Amino acid sequence: MTTEQMSHVQALESEAIHIMREVAAECERPCLLFSGGKDSIVMLHLAIKAFAPAPVPFPIMHVDTGHNFEEVIEYRDRRVAETGVRLIVASVQDAIDQGKVVEETGPRASRNRLQTTALLEGIESNRFDAVFGGARRDEEKARAKERVFSFRDDFGQWDPKAQRPELWNLYNPRVKPGEHMRVFPISNWTELDIWHYIRDENIDIPMVYYAHKRQVFQRDGMWLGVTPFMTLMDDEVPEERLVRFRTIGDATCTGAVDSAATTIEQVIEEVGATRITERGATRADDRTAEAAMEDRKKEGYF
Amino acid sequence: MELLRLATAGSVDDGKSTLIGRLLYDSKSIFEDQLESIEATSEQRGSETVDLALLTDGLRAEREQGITIDVAYRYFATPKRKFIIADTPGHTQYTRNMVTGASTANLAIILIDARKGLLEQSRRHAFIASLLRIPHLVIAVNKMDLVDYDRDRFEEIRAEFTEFASKLDVADLTFIPMSALNGDNVVDRSMNMDWYEGSTLLHHLEQVHIASDRNLVDVRFPVQYVIRPQSAAHPDYRGYAGQVAGGVMKPGDEVQVLPSGFTSTITSIDTATGPIDEASAGMSVTIRLADEIDISRGDMICRPNNAPEVSQDIDAMICWMADQGELRAGQKLAIKHTTRWARAMVKDVQYRLDINSLSRDEESRSIGLNEIARITMRTTQPLFADAYTRNRTTGSFILVDEATNVTVAAGMVLDR
Repeated sequence: MTTEQMSHVQALESEAIHIMREVAAECERPCLLFSGGKDSIVMLHLAIKAFAPAPVPFPIMHVDTGHNFEEVIEYRDRRVAETGVRLIVASVQDAIDQGKVVEETGPRASRNRLQTTALLEGIESNRFDAVFGGARRDEEKARAKERVFSFRDDFGQWDPKAQRPELWNLYNPRVKPGEHMRVFPISNWTELDIWHYIRDENIDIPMVYYAHKRQVFQRDGMWLGVTPFMTLMDDEVPEERLVRFRTIGDATCTGAVDSAATTIEQVIEEVGATRITERGATRADDRTAEAAMEDRKKEGYF
Repeated sequence: MELLRLATAGSVDDGKSTLIGRLLYDSKSIFEDQLESIEATSEQRGSETVDLALLTDGLRAEREQGITIDVAYRYFATPKRKFIIADTPGHTQYTRNMVTGASTANLAIILIDARKGLLEQSRRHAFIASLLRIPHLVIAVNKMDLVDYDRDRFEEIRAEFTEFASKLDVADLTFIPMSALNGDNVVDRSMNMDWYEGSTLLHHLEQVHIASDRNLVDVRFPVQYVIRPQSAAHPDYRGYAGQVAGGVMKPGDEVQVLPSGFTSTITSIDTATGPIDEASAGMSVTIRLADEIDISRGDMICRPNNAPEVSQDIDAMICWMADQGELRAGQKLAIKHTTRWARAMVKDVQYRLDINSLSRDEESRSIGLNEIARITMRTTQPLFADAYTRNRTTGSFILVDEATNVTVAAGMVLDR
């Protein structure tokens, strides 16, 4: 690297590392949300780089719906063992068992919304004052307006109309007890930037991001995986297809796309050519309403 | 591929959303499902054409009321550059939003409706762009189709704006006649304005020289975080992590640390993937020094013969952003400057600047939302600051209300 301008990925990396160090320096109890999805994988990678050769000075928290892709849980546990980072699991199943939330029923039942309760409980019981999330502004229109340091009140709620001004690289993480900050270091990255970074940094990702054969069925124009957590409706017929996942969330609402991309270069080529957003293509949770994401964010969602 | 951050200013009526929509659409950054979604909403509202403003108006209240509340960030890329657009709304909270968007921008696009010419609003936009020292300014003279692509009209606007801009500090000013609606001179050259010999907007965005906008002369390294693993593998490692705020640093360079004044030598510039030969403005790195001296977050590493001013007395221009409460002399606030927090007392409000006329109101004793003023402050600890005109990172600060923790002002340090 020289005094020439940094490449855009280097500039984004530098910005993210700066943000992570600000939080570590100014907040007392930060944590990093880790789903095993590509964005949180990049976040953990950035955290390791930001503090090397010292260990990452905060734990990671997985909000576990219990409806997971096996490969992703294996990946999570492997990554935790490799990095020595401390893992906290906030379990939706526990919240259900304790009667804190009631599970939806029927074939379209999803634990997506119940995650918010588990997440907020995890934040409260661990007294986290700053929570790193891997949300990106290019993902969704409500996210396009969210600050990098996004204030949450005592109830974990986001108020889009009362956001703190955010200027230069001068972040204001100050909160009172009970309140917290959600911090989004990769706000300015696009889906393609994430893939370029994964390639350039040679980052290990779960195999479900590459094309593989899987039993799937079609619902609402998406390919959903056949899992023990899903009940098929009468007209839904499972079939084996060559697919990959563009996003990884709860297995019951994350759709796969037809794909033959088995290498990172092929994935990048495919992402570069696609004409549909990743959430539009693969997330049933964002399709419920025009402002579905905004409404969930106000309640405290990721 | 370089990253260019740009801010757009103008109201919906100037065709700003149409322009952004076209940049995104023509660079294939709008996806089919996004387009379908806004087509459906436009149709539902009885609108005859697809309202591209819906792409940037993401919040429910914005869609319902047809207004833009907040800065929206949009992304697009061409094979040459990646762009981040901070799209600032033209109506409510105008100044606050534009200052926010402008604070990190390399370039601003100000839209002018060719029929209406230079409005007060355009003057305000240009003033804020110059106050925030955005290095490159593009005046997009839009809706040329509605003035029959008339060269004289374009020249008239250019002359008027150039004269106004001479009162401001604008380093690089470019005028482009266009029709965002029809696509003239946005991505493709206009067939209707053969008299125009300059670049199209996209070509300009791809070519404008931004590498020398960074300050590569004055070494400034605000210490952000001290890395001390104290592990078996690294028992004695002590590195100072931060983002270079100015200049170029190399191993072997002699440096001075503020506020202690001690000098030492850089032994290594580390990244997670190994040491590097040099670090320049914008890079996040970890510096190691030859001597064990007491350095903590908030300290500043610079060169012995080139240090920022160390002072507790600050002269500054500020933009007041609080929804409630005004700025007055005697007020105490928290201040964040680089990686250092302190408390500040406002000693004097010297004048309020009328951003329409650029005249100074010296009688004004209190400053309200979206107003700009020159103030003097006294801080509890010395700050290591440069004039904002010399360095946008070491010359900027924010003020925070200590009772609510809300960020209430953006500040720019002035030469004393």
